[in-house]
Amino acid sequence: MSIDMSQFHQVFFEECFEGLEAMESGLLTLDVGDVDSEVINTIFRAAHSIKGGSGTFGFTVVAEYTHIMETLLDEMRDGRRQVTQPAVNVLLGSVDCLREMLTSIQNEQDINEVSVAQHKTALEAVLNGVVSEVVVPVPAPKISNEAPKVQTAAAEVVAQEEDASEQGWKISFCPYLDLLKTGNDPVRLFRELNELGELTAIVNAQDVPKFYELDPEECNLSWDLKLVGNVSSDEIKEIFSWVEGDCELEIQPLAKPKVIKPAPVVDAVQVDVEIDEPIQVTVAEPENIPKPALDTKKDTEAESSKTAVKASSSIRVDTEKIDALINMVGEVVITQSMLGLVGENFTMDKVGQLKRGLAQLERHTRDLQQSVMNIRMMPISFVFSRFPRLVHDISSKLNKKITLKLVGENTEVDKAVVELINDPLVHLIRNSLDHGIEMPDDRIAAGKPETGTIELKAYHRGGHIVIEIIDDGRGLNKDKLLAKALEKGLIDENIQLTEKQIYELIFMPGFSTAEQLTDISGRGVGMDVVRRNIQSLGGNIEIISELGKGTTIAIHLPLTLAILDGQSVAVGDEIYIVPLVSIVESINITEKMLNKVAGKGETFRLRGEYLPIIRMRGIFNVQSINKPKSTEGVIVVVEGQGALCGFLVDELLGQQQVVIKSLEANYRRVEGVSGATILGDGSVALILDVPGLVRLSVR
Amino acid sequence: MTTDTRQQKQFLTFQLAGEAYGVDILKVQEIRGWEPVRVIPNTPYFVKGVLNLRGAVVPIVDLRERFGLESAEYSQKTVVIVLSVKHSAGQFVIGVVADAVSDVLDIDLDDIKKTPNFGTQIDTRYMQGMHVYKQSMIMLLDVDKLLNSDEVESIDGLF
Repeated sequence: MSIDMSQFHQVFFEECFEGLEAMESGLLTLDVGDVDSEVINTIFRAAHSIKGGSGTFGFTVVAEYTHIMETLLDEMRDGRRQVTQPAVNVLLGSVDCLREMLTSIQNEQDINEVSVAQHKTALEAVLNGVVSEVVVPVPAPKISNEAPKVQTAAAEVVAQEEDASEQGWKISFCPYLDLLKTGNDPVRLFRELNELGELTAIVNAQDVPKFYELDPEECNLSWDLKLVGNVSSDEIKEIFSWVEGDCELEIQPLAKPKVIKPAPVVDAVQVDVEIDEPIQVTVAEPENIPKPALDTKKDTEAESSKTAVKASSSIRVDTEKIDALINMVGEVVITQSMLGLVGENFTMDKVGQLKRGLAQLERHTRDLQQSVMNIRMMPISFVFSRFPRLVHDISSKLNKKITLKLVGENTEVDKAVVELINDPLVHLIRNSLDHGIEMPDDRIAAGKPETGTIELKAYHRGGHIVIEIIDDGRGLNKDKLLAKALEKGLIDENIQLTEKQIYELIFMPGFSTAEQLTDISGRGVGMDVVRRNIQSLGGNIEIISELGKGTTIAIHLPLTLAILDGQSVAVGDEIYIVPLVSIVESINITEKMLNKVAGKGETFRLRGEYLPIIRMRGIFNVQSINKPKSTEGVIVVVEGQGALCGFLVDELLGQQQVVIKSLEANYRRVEGVSGATILGDGSVALILDVPGLVRLSVR
Repeated sequence: MTTDTRQQKQFLTFQLAGEAYGVDILKVQEIRGWEPVRVIPNTPYFVKGVLNLRGAVVPIVDLRERFGLESAEYSQKTVVIVLSVKHSAGQFVIGVVADAVSDVLDIDLDDIKKTPNFGTQIDTRYMQGMHVYKQSMIMLLDVDKLLNSDEVESIDGLF
């Protein structure tokens, strides 16, 4: 009789999340003064299909909730209701709320009814026209406790928490290793907790590794905290909201039941369940939408942890791409059967036919490979589409006026890159918002338009994708950067730095020029991590800035992380692969053509320019039994870190596409080597990391 | 590791410069003959290079050199024992070069003697314990620590 609906759930959720995204971006583009009916229609349609879908699948809570949204949107659509900013804000909040509901359902967890009830009341209030009061949703703790009292089930939980909270809380806080890398500092958390009540912290240091293995950027400590005072669990959770997803957190009331009716055990379990699993926390948390400012943080946190969970799920592929792929496979099968025919009764006069067949096969394999790689390509808009909301929320928090321009959203890039580029970009955009763009008054004083612009741009160049973040803010102050670096002892006083090098300073660990640390940025953890992340993707990052005019941060990334075109070169008995994209040219030379500088560094004069030479034999310490004539060799001119440089190798072997294998998977990073690959004969060859080698040779 | 409730554990024993060594057989992935490897630049002397193991790039460690024994010519008998080890950063696959494999032994956990303290002169960190078998000593290695000690890390420190 009944069809198993659960098989369609995944699709339903994906569609819902897509719908939510459409609603969100629609709401953000909605101009309150001059409403585009098409935008409202889009939002309405998305809401409508979520409602329909959830009704079909029996998620009545979602359906009921969406119904209210739909009614509101319908009235807006018909022009019966004015579109006001408060109403838009409530709708945005509802989108968040819906997203949390859906995530809870998807993860088979209970829906946070308190938060839903709140949003519902806010929505209904807007619907009934009580706009102004409810809309700028009310300061946190009070309402979140009052509203649910109407809701029986939810109210009980809250009441229980209230009782227990009079005594205090026992918090076990066990951060994951990379907590510090996300820019969070436990000490800061504790300081905030201490403001709530009397805090006792016991540190567990048993996980701290030996000194040699110690990575100062990893957080190996965990804490048992005791907070005594009249504090609600919401307040504690709020403090930890920045780190949820980056830690294991357990908040339990100190056992001392004052009131008899709710058994304390139930109480503990209740709270426990909520906190234990990071996913649910993200779900449970943003319930107190109240302050839009805090909402921002939670939202992005929730966003990022969600992507982390979803990371390896499914991708949507254009049917056109699949058709092309199937077509290619057909061709390969045909070629294969043709070759089979040739091989059946082979005579020497069929050699020509065989060769042609093989050539065809090669072409088809290459095409096939390209089609497969194409499937992994996703438009960068997957990342970009999140930023309008981020900019909207943060700029309103900072009281700045900022418009975000997205250019080249359809630029395609490998799925892996899309997943990994998000966090660095969030960081850079936050930086631009916080430090780059000035306050409106300052902007007017500087003769600039009141509204700042941040442009996020993506385009292909060579074998790379370039992502630029351009702001028209205050720009970087070189003198200030230098002074700061000197003060922190990061550079030597006597060294003359070029403009580029000065900008590079902001990537040094522990460097922050912000006069005032804010929630958004400026803790000095970050830019170095951003750069490291980008380098680990095989890319690099550069800054161009003009004081008073703005800053451009350009990120160069390889298109794919799986395959690259390489030139194999021989050095002694070793074979190395040089990525073709970084090769400018190759020149046959004899020893005499090299000039020694100061008896050490070698250069080669190339069309009037002096090229520094790196001897691969020397830098990799290659020993070989049959020494070649040392007077001859090939210079491979490469571009790394913006400068030309020559690698001296014995011989060029051939060009081929190589599949990148990670050395780190089983070993560790090797300086000057970006990975390994398997050659046609089954042996391993190392792929050179050109910028890394240039750096290595400078030392 | 020795907190296992099972009483017995199987160990693969092998020869290294006339001495017998053993590793937990559950860590052994496969045993293969020696074949030339690709040298990795600027790595510790005992890492001979990397090998293509069905598409995975696997580092090969010479145990003789790792333990400071005199190195030997690789011959037909030389074997590479492919081990799956846990490193601080996760699961790794490495190959170790040994002179020859000998046997698989069932060893009672109670029969494993603690490694004697040699003071500072001999590094016993990668020893799990010792076992006496037919009057000879078998040194049981803790493979998780083979590629995990200071020597590898200190190479990083050079840069």
